[in-house]
Amino acid sequence: MNAESIGWWGVPIGILAGAIRGGTPFLLVSLGECLTEKSGKINLGLEGVLLMGAMTAYAISYKSGSPWVGVMAAGIAGAVLGSIHAFLVSRPKVNDIAAGIAMLLFGTGFAFYLGKPFIQPSAPQLPGISLGGWSHLPQIAAALKISPLFVLGVIIAFIMRWVFRSTRWGMQVRAVGDSPAAARAMGVSVSKTRFICIVAGSAMGGIGGAHLSLFYPGAWTEAISSGQGLMAVALVIFARWNPVQCLWASLLFGGAQAVGPSLQAVGINTGYYLWNASPYVLTLLVMIITCSNKRTLAGAPGALGAGS
Amino acid sequence: MSQISNAKASTLAPVAPTPPLASAGANWRGSLEAVLIPIGAIIVALLLFGVFCFSQGANAGGVFGAIYKAAFGSWYSFQNTLVRAAPLMLTALCTALPARLGLVMIGNEGALVAGGLAATAAGLAVQAAPPVVVWTVMMLAGMVGGGLWITIVGLLYYKRGVNETISSLLMNYIAIALLNHLVNGPMRDPASLNKPSSYPIPDQKMLPVLWSSNVHYGLIFGIIACVIAWVLMEHTTFGFKIRMIGGNVRAAKMAGLAVSRLGLITCFLGGAAAGIAGMVEVAAVHGRANESLAAGYGYAGILVAFIARHRGLPIILVSTLLGGLLASGGILQRQFKMPDATILVFEGLVFLVVLFSDSLYGKFKIFKEGGA
Repeated sequence: MNAESIGWWGVPIGILAGAIRGGTPFLLVSLGECLTEKSGKINLGLEGVLLMGAMTAYAISYKSGSPWVGVMAAGIAGAVLGSIHAFLVSRPKVNDIAAGIAMLLFGTGFAFYLGKPFIQPSAPQLPGISLGGWSHLPQIAAALKISPLFVLGVIIAFIMRWVFRSTRWGMQVRAVGDSPAAARAMGVSVSKTRFICIVAGSAMGGIGGAHLSLFYPGAWTEAISSGQGLMAVALVIFARWNPVQCLWASLLFGGAQAVGPSLQAVGINTGYYLWNASPYVLTLLVMIITCSNKRTLAGAPGALGAGS
Repeated sequence: MSQISNAKASTLAPVAPTPPLASAGANWRGSLEAVLIPIGAIIVALLLFGVFCFSQGANAGGVFGAIYKAAFGSWYSFQNTLVRAAPLMLTALCTALPARLGLVMIGNEGALVAGGLAATAAGLAVQAAPPVVVWTVMMLAGMVGGGLWITIVGLLYYKRGVNETISSLLMNYIAIALLNHLVNGPMRDPASLNKPSSYPIPDQKMLPVLWSSNVHYGLIFGIIACVIAWVLMEHTTFGFKIRMIGGNVRAAKMAGLAVSRLGLITCFLGGAAAGIAGMVEVAAVHGRANESLAAGYGYAGILVAFIARHRGLPIILVSTLLGGLLASGGILQRQFKMPDATILVFEGLVFLVVLFSDSLYGKFKIFKEGGA
């Protein structure tokens, strides 16, 4: 059965499938960015982390034969890059946005450098979790075959909400992000808390990369990420620094990404390349609507961008 | 994200308030620091890169020798370097000028593409005119295209408080999507099969080379633009106002400066410079608009601007050095079997070390007044 036989239904199903498949990297990276920003720092380098994670996961999965080892390695690679960023931004007078751009270049370069030999071979992929067995339509079954990392992301989102709301450690992170001086007065180490948040956030970004190379699209190429790591920063603002809202926002962005290809699948080629811009336009629109130069956004960590 | 923008003036300490070089005579120790720390950073980055090459089994000395030879070793290779330096000088200004306002603008690639597209469209429209007219029209169109592209980012920032770093980055992707749409659709030359492109600019209307070299007029444009930027920012009232906004937005507002108008003008100028880079790439290198426009000169320009600490004259020097590095990518691939991404790794290393060196200002007693 091909796409034509379900006709126009192919479009919403394609978008639904895209929302889950394409939304997973958004989800993991935005959760990582959310954790980082809650502690009062921005990490624009998650795009580099995402690529490094994708490359590492693919390479290690190929070498070890186990995609799960690949996922773990991607997390470690992300954490290593994150620790460089964390060290850099902990220094006085270092701008965290500029440091993020540097990490973006470095991470991308390193991933491309080390990834050259792995463009050809095919690595073992992560198994999908089928939730669409009830349907006789293969399109629906395929759309609902979801990545285990998506499930992981959903779990992390709810755990993070719980941690921020009801645990001592979550309180400390929020204090560091809102008012480093107050946190210091409480006896919390600002630099240590930030270090942990940035490193853990980058590890999540790396795992998001593993989804790209080990599930969907499911191969390592240099064009595998199209700015998801950077869009995640905007996505976190849209989600108002709330981990569970990051989940909904990620699904929205994943869906937006799939509009062009879904239309093409049912034979509509008009503006195919313009549709490719839809996630970026959507992000921009979201920022225009939610931002204001007159008031502070609800939920924004107070020290974000304050350089302290 | 407004709290970010409000606080920005104070966060950009490494970008804005280094001692102005104009007062070099007054505080020579300070200016010595401003020269020696970046040089030291680049030396450290070279050493780290040497270690990296060594760890990859390549002879570090040999790699450096090959890079030097491919970049500056002969007149022929130096021409290659200069051809690559030209767009870097222009795109670097797209980050450097807004940086003096305290904005971190990374929309260079998008402004280059927008300028290139506008220049192509305008150039094709007047292709029957004499060459000088074609170049002038293309140049103006490129400046307007790139300038408006970054002005949009500035407008979003000043009117809505949208973070300029993220929106300028999104605008890059939007520009590239627009480029793909136009060269695959409305502007497509049916004769371009493998690489969809616009119709070509007629050969005799292309920007000529300088004297009898391979270097085209883009280099002259780049140098002039950097010199103008230097004079404008360091030696005019306009530049003083811009630096004042970058130093402290609230004080500038109190002093009665039209912050958003000055800011938008600066954004336009930065974008216009990157737009000229796009025009040059079309009119002197590719001859048509296609995906080759988005070749990464925009991203490399960010690096140039940060290393040159957002000052016009150092940008000329840093662009030439980085242009040489880009020119040597091919040699590393052929001679040492190192992938072309090696250059990216090197760029990233340099950027990281240069940023780290920002935290060293004021740490060395020897650079302080009366210290030794």
